[in-house]
Amino acid sequence: MTDTEAKGWFAAADRDDEAELVAAVRDGDASEPRDWPRLAIEAGFVDDEAEYYDALHEVTTAATSAVVTERERADDRQLVHAVRAMDDCRRTANELAERLAEWAGTIDEDAETGVEYARDLAGRTPDPGEERVVSLAARVAALADEAEDLEAFVERETPSIAPNLAALAGPTLAARLISLSGGLEKLAKQPSGTIQVLGAEDALFAHLRGQAPSPKHGIIYTHEAVRGTRPEDRGSAARALAGKLAIAARIDHYSGDYRPELEAELADRIETIQARASDDGGEDGE
Amino acid sequence: MRTVSDLPAGVERREIGGQERLATRGEPVYGEPTDGEWRAWDPTRSKLGAMLDLEMDVGLEGGETVLYLGAASGTTVSHVADFAGPTYAVEFAARPARDLLSVAEPRPRLFPLLKDARKPATYAHVVESGIDAIVQDVATRGQARVALENRQFLADDGRLLLAVKARSEDVTRDPGDVFADVRAELEDGYEVLETRRLDEYHVDHLGIVARPR
Ligand SMILES: C[S@@+](CC[C@H](N)C(=O)[O-])C[C@H]1O[C@@H](n2cnc3c(N)ncnc32)[C@H](O)[C@@H]1O
Repeated sequence: MTDTEAKGWFAAADRDDEAELVAAVRDGDASEPRDWPRLAIEAGFVDDEAEYYDALHEVTTAATSAVVTERERADDRQLVHAVRAMDDCRRTANELAERLAEWAGTIDEDAETGVEYARDLAGRTPDPGEERVVSLAARVAALADEAEDLEAFVERETPSIAPNLAALAGPTLAARLISLSGGLEKLAKQPSGTIQVLGAEDALFAHLRGQAPSPKHGIIYTHEAVRGTRPEDRGSAARALAGKLAIAARIDHYSGDYRPELEAELADRIETIQARASDDGGEDGE
Repeated sequence: MRTVSDLPAGVERREIGGQERLATRGEPVYGEPTDGEWRAWDPTRSKLGAMLDLEMDVGLEGGETVLYLGAASGTTVSHVADFAGPTYAVEFAARPARDLLSVAEPRPRLFPLLKDARKPATYAHVVESGIDAIVQDVATRGQARVALENRQFLADDGRLLLAVKARSEDVTRDPGDVFADVRAELEDGYEVLETRRLDEYHVDHLGIVARPR
C-alpha cells in the first residue's frame, strides 16, 4: 500500500456540512474501496456503525436526487425549446430576407433574395439614406447565425438525452420528433403509425375529412432511409423506420441504454426494401 | 439446519392471493400483491427472484452487505434491501434513478448511487470493501468486464450473483455461445460455482453464481 491511501467520502467535511458531503459523494473518487464504516468511526466522523449508515443514507439520497434533478432539467424540455427556436429563427430569417430583397432592389440592382445576400449587404458601409436597409440586413444575418448556433446545440445535446433516437434519425431529426410530440415521454408512448406521420398533420386531417389519400410519411421523409428509396417502396421504408424509431424512443425514455444493434437492424431492413428495386429492374426493367 | 437451496432469512415462500410465491417484508414498490407486511417478489420481473425461485444456491443467509449493479427503478433491489444488510444500489440512468429514490426513502440501509458500473473508481470512495455479495443485472455489452472490474469490492469468500442477457452482448449470435464467452472471460477473476438458464422467466438470460479466485 502506498502512502497516499484512498480517502472516503466523509473525509471531505464535518458531519453537519451536508453540501460538502453531497459534493464529495457526487464528484469524488478513490483508487480502491476500503473499510469505510470502520475508518469513519476511527476518524471521529461518527460514533458507531449505525450512525455511519444513517449519514450515508442521507447523503447518497441527497446526492442522487441532486444529479437526477439536474439532468432532468437539462434534458428534453431544453431540446424541445431549442429545436423550435431554431426553426423559428430560420423561418423568420428567410421571411425577412424576402422583405429585404424587395427593399434592397430599390438601391441595388443586383439585389437577391436569401440569407447570403443579406450577409453581403450587412457587411457594406451604407451610403446616406441606406442605413435602415443595411441595418435590417444585419438582423437577418444575425438570426441566421442564431439558427446555426441552435442547431449546433441540438446536435451536441440530443445524443445524451436520446442516444438511440439520435443514432437512428440523426440528432436534428430526433429532436424534431421529440418536439413534434411534445417531449420524449410522449414520443415514447406513441404507436409507430403515429410517429410515421408526425409533422404531416395537415395532410392527415385532410385525409380524415375524406379529401386526400392517407399520408405515408411525415417529417421522417427527410431521413435517408425514406428519401433514398424509390417512390413505390417509400411507404414500406417509412413504416420500417417509424417502427425502429418507436422502439428507440421507448428505450431512451425508460432505460437510457444505448443499443447499437438497432441501427444494424434498421440498415438490414432498408437494404431488403431497397433491393426490391433491383429485383424488379432485373425482371421487367421497370 | 441449512440445506443447499435454503432461502435467505427474510425471504419466504408464502401463500399470497391464493398462490405460493416468494416474498419479502417491506414497503410495496411496484403494485405487487401483499399479505400483511409480506409482499410478493415476482420472478418474471426480477432475475435474482428467478434465480432464487429456481433454487440456485446463491449462498445468501440474510443480513449481508450487498453491492447491486444496474438497480434501474429498484424493483429487485427493494427486495434485496428488505432481507439484506447495507445495500449499495448503482444505476447510471437518471430517469429510473428517480424511482429508485422513492424505493430508498423508506429503506434506511439502501444507498442509491447514480454512477457508471464500468467506472468503479467513481464510487470506491463510498462503497466499502469486503462486500458479501455483488448482484449484477446491467444488460449492456461487456457484462463480464463489469463483474471483473467490481471484484475489488468483494470479500474473499463473497459471492457474485450475475444475470447475463445474451442479446446485450450480441443480438445475432446464439445465446449459448455468448454465455460460454462471458463465462470464459469471467473465469479470469472468478470461480464459477453454478450456472442456470433463466428462460422460464427471462428468455435468453443465464444466472451465474461465482466467487472470487
Ligand atoms: C435490466 S435493467 C435492471 C433491472 C433491475 N435489476 C431489476 O431487476 O429491478 C438494467 C439496468 O442497468 C442499467 N445499466 C446499464 N449499464 C450500466 C452501467 N454501466 N452502470 C450502471 N447501470 C447500468 C440500465 O440503465 C438499466 O436500468
